[in-house]
Amino acid sequence: MFDEFKWLPEQASTIAPEVDMLMLFIVVVTVFITAAVSILTIVFAVKFRRKSETYIPAPMHGNVPLEIAWTFIPVLICLVMFSWGVKVYSNIVVPPVDSLDIYAVGRQWMWKVQHPEGQREINTLHVPIGRPVKITITSEDVLHCFSLPAFRVKQDAVPGRYSSLWFEATKVGTYPLYCSEYCGTEHSRMIGKVIVMEENDYQNWLSSGAESGQALQGRKLFAKLQCVTCHTGNAQAKAPNLEGIYRKHIPISHMNGKKMPESTIVYADDAYLRESILYPNAKVASGWESIMPTYQGLVTEEELLQVIAYIKSLNQGQTPPRVDNTPTPAAIQYKNLNNEVK
Amino acid sequence: MSTISLEPKTLVAENNQVVNESVNFLNHDHSVSSWLLSLDHKRIGILYLVTITLMFLLGGILAGVVRLELLTPKGDFVASDTYNKSFTAHGIIMLFFFLIPSIPAVLGNFVIPLMIGAKDVAFPRLNLLSYYLYLIGGVIALTALLLGGVDTGWTFYTPFSSTYSNSYVSVMAIGLFVVGFSSILTGLNFIITIHRMRCPGLTWFRLPLFIWALYATSVVQLLGTPVIAVTLGLMVVERTLGVGIFDPRLGGDPVLFQHLFWFYSHPAVYIMILPSLGVISEVIATFSRKNLFGYKIMAFSSVSIAVFGFIVWAHHMFTTGMSPYAAMVFSLLTFSVAIPSGIKVFSWLATMYNGSISYETPMIYAFGFLGLFTVGGLTGLFLATLGTDIHLHDTYFVVAHFHYIMVGGAIMGYMAGIHYWWPKITGKLYSQFWGRLSAGIIFIGFNLTFFPQFFLGYLGMPRRYHEYPDEFQVLNVFSTAGSSILAIGYIMPLFYFGHSFFFGEKADDNVYGATTIDWTSTTSPPSPHNFEKTPVVTEEPYHFRLKESAVVSH
Repeated sequence: MFDEFKWLPEQASTIAPEVDMLMLFIVVVTVFITAAVSILTIVFAVKFRRKSETYIPAPMHGNVPLEIAWTFIPVLICLVMFSWGVKVYSNIVVPPVDSLDIYAVGRQWMWKVQHPEGQREINTLHVPIGRPVKITITSEDVLHCFSLPAFRVKQDAVPGRYSSLWFEATKVGTYPLYCSEYCGTEHSRMIGKVIVMEENDYQNWLSSGAESGQALQGRKLFAKLQCVTCHTGNAQAKAPNLEGIYRKHIPISHMNGKKMPESTIVYADDAYLRESILYPNAKVASGWESIMPTYQGLVTEEELLQVIAYIKSLNQGQTPPRVDNTPTPAAIQYKNLNNEVK
Repeated sequence: MSTISLEPKTLVAENNQVVNESVNFLNHDHSVSSWLLSLDHKRIGILYLVTITLMFLLGGILAGVVRLELLTPKGDFVASDTYNKSFTAHGIIMLFFFLIPSIPAVLGNFVIPLMIGAKDVAFPRLNLLSYYLYLIGGVIALTALLLGGVDTGWTFYTPFSSTYSNSYVSVMAIGLFVVGFSSILTGLNFIITIHRMRCPGLTWFRLPLFIWALYATSVVQLLGTPVIAVTLGLMVVERTLGVGIFDPRLGGDPVLFQHLFWFYSHPAVYIMILPSLGVISEVIATFSRKNLFGYKIMAFSSVSIAVFGFIVWAHHMFTTGMSPYAAMVFSLLTFSVAIPSGIKVFSWLATMYNGSISYETPMIYAFGFLGLFTVGGLTGLFLATLGTDIHLHDTYFVVAHFHYIMVGGAIMGYMAGIHYWWPKITGKLYSQFWGRLSAGIIFIGFNLTFFPQFFLGYLGMPRRYHEYPDEFQVLNVFSTAGSSILAIGYIMPLFYFGHSFFFGEKADDNVYGATTIDWTSTTSPPSPHNFEKTPVVTEEPYHFRLKESAVVSH
C-alpha cells in the first residue's frame, strides 16, 4: 500500500500548473494565519495563565487601529484570492475555438464517449497531447460528474442539458477519470481512464476499427427521423435551411409561443440545436411556422449528439435529397411521455 | 461600582440554604409525566439533551461503518448499497437530529431564560410541542432507516432522489419535514423570548454574546427552514405523483433543486456554527476573567454572518455548468463570510491577551475550537476561490473542510458549552482531569481523522466512494485510525458526567466567578422558576470583580 502512495496529484494539463500555483498561494497564506493563531493561543494561554485567584485583569474595550487592521488586511487578501481565482477560472471555462470536440454521456454506471470520427469507447477516453480538447457532457439518467484530477478540471453531467469542459494534455500517459457526483449503488465503480497519446498514435487509434463517423451516423438519422422532409434546404422547404447554421446568430420570432421583438436573436450552439430538436416551440426561427413535432423520448442522448454533429458538418448545398421509402414521420410515433417514465 | 442584580450576594446567600438544599427544578417532582409533559424550559432542555445524545451515538456508529469500510480499497466490509445508506443516514442524523438542535435546543433552552432573567421562554407550550415534533420527526426518520434506509446522500439530489432511488426517500423526507417545524418553532420562540422577556435593565447591548448568537441563529432557522420543507415536499410530490418539477424527462430542472436545497442548507451551516461561536465567547471571557474585546463588533459579526449566509448558496454548485458570471458573484459573496469570522477569532485572542486564564475543561475545549475552527474557516477559502474549487469540488477536501467546521467548530463548541453549564444544570462538579483528557483526545483524534482528507481531496479522491484506487489507502488508514481515537474521546464524557451526576461533589452557584446572571443570580441547579426575585441589570456583561464565591475547583 505504500508503493502507490504519493502526496500530490499528477500535473498533466496546461491548466494544472496554474491551479497548483494558486493553490500554493492559498496554502502559504492560510498556513501562516493558522500558525499565527495557534502560536498566539498557546503563548497567551501560558503567559497570561492565572497566577492568583484574587487578581482581576483590567478591562480592555477595543483598539481601533488593531481592529481596522484585522478587518481590512483580510479583505485585501480575499480580494487577491478572488481575482486570481477568477483569472484561473476563466481559463478553465472558456475553451479555445479550435478545440477537438469529443462527446461524453454519463449513465448509471458508465461513461460513453464518442469521437467525431465515429470511434466510441466506454469508461476510456483517448486524447492527443498538445491539442485543446473540449468535451461536451450530458447524462441519460441522474447527475454525474466528469472529473479529471490530473488535469484539475471537472464538470457535472446534468440530464437534459449540455455542459462542457476543456483541457490540453501536456504529458503522455494514463490518468484517472472519476464520477465525482454521487449517482447510486455503483457510483464508486463509475471510474475509467484517460489515455493521452502522441498525435500520430491518436490518428492511428482513430482510424483503427472505427465505425462510420459520428456525423455520418447523424446523416442516417436525419433521414430516418424525417428531418429531411421539411428541412430540405431548397425552395419547397417547410422549415429553415440548416446548412451552415452552426455558430450563427439566428433571428427568432417566438419563444414558447410568445411573440418576441423583431431584433431577437439566438446563438446556434450545441445547446440551441438540442433544445430545438426536443422542444421545437422553445425558440422559433423568424419567418417559419411552428409546425415541428417534438423528438423528446424518440432519440437517445447519443443519437441526439450524432444528429447535432451532422448539422454542424452540414455545408452549403449538402442537404441530402428526400428518399421516399423512409418510414412515416416520427411525430406519428410520438407517445405520451408519461407512459415511459418509470 | 454598581452590581449586576439587586444585592446578588445576599440574595444568593439567603437562598442558598433554603432553595439549594430543598427544591430545585430537578427534584421538585420525580414523576414521569412531570418530565415528559413539563413546560419548564430547563426540563425540556434536558429531554433534548438525552434524545440528541442517543442520536449522536447512532450517527457515530454509522460513521464507524463508513470509516471501517474505507480502511481497505476494496468494498469488503459492507455492500455498496449498505455503504451508501450508512453515509446517508450518518449525514441526516448528525445534521438534522444532532447538530441543528444541539446548542439551540439543549443549551439555548436551558440558558436563554436564565441569562436574560426570565422565568421561562415566551411560549412554554410551544416549546414542548417543538420537542415532540422533533421526537416524531426522529421516529419517522428512524422508521425509514429500519424499513431499509435511504441511499440518496443527505443532499437528496434530484432526479436520483425523485425518480431513480428505490429506497425510503419519501418516508425520510416526511420525517425531516416534521423535524423542520420543530426548528422553526424553536427559532420563533427564542426570537420572541429575547425581544420580550429580558429583565429590567438588560438592554440589547448588555446581552451576553451567547444570546446574540442564538438570536441570529433563530432568525436563520425561522427564515431558512420553510424553504427546505417546501423543497423536500416538491421532491416527494414528483416522486409519488410524477409531477414534473426536477426531472428533465418530466419537463423539470434538476439544478433548480440544488438552488432551493442550498438556499436552506448553506444557512443551516450557520445554524450549527453560530451558537457555538456564542458559547466560545462566554467561555473565553469567563476563564480569562476579561470583558470580551470589541463586544459590539462581535455581536454584529454574528448577525452579519447570519445575513451573508443567505446569499452564498450557489458556491456549492460551481461545477453544474452555471453562468460563469453568476459563479464569480457567488465566489465574491462567499469571501464576505470570511471577514466577520476572522474578526471573531482575532477578538477572542485579544480577549485572552493580558487576561487571567485558567485551564478548566470548557477552556481546553475552547482552545481546541480555536485551532480547528481556524483551519475549517481558512480551508473554506480554497473552495470560495473559483480556480481551485473546480478541482476540489466533491472530493475529500470538501469532506475535511466541513467536518472541521461542523465537528471541529460546532461540536467542540457544544462540548465546551455542556462542560461549562454542567455544574449549573446538575449542581454537581465533574472530574477536571477526565474532562481535560477527553478534550485532548478529541483534538488529537479529530486532526488524525480529518487532516489526511485534505490531501486525499487534493489528490482527487471523490466523495461517497465505496471502493477507491489503491494509491489512496495510506491516508485512509490514518483517517480510520484517527476516528477510533475520536470515538474514545466522545464516549469518555458519558462516564465522567454519569459519575458526576450521581456521585459528584456539589457545585457552588457560581463556580467560575462568571458575570452573566445565569451564574450570579440563580442557584445550581436553578429553582423551578429560576429566580426568587426578578434580577435587575445595571451594567454591561463581562464586568469581572472579585468574589468570595469565585473559588475554582480542580
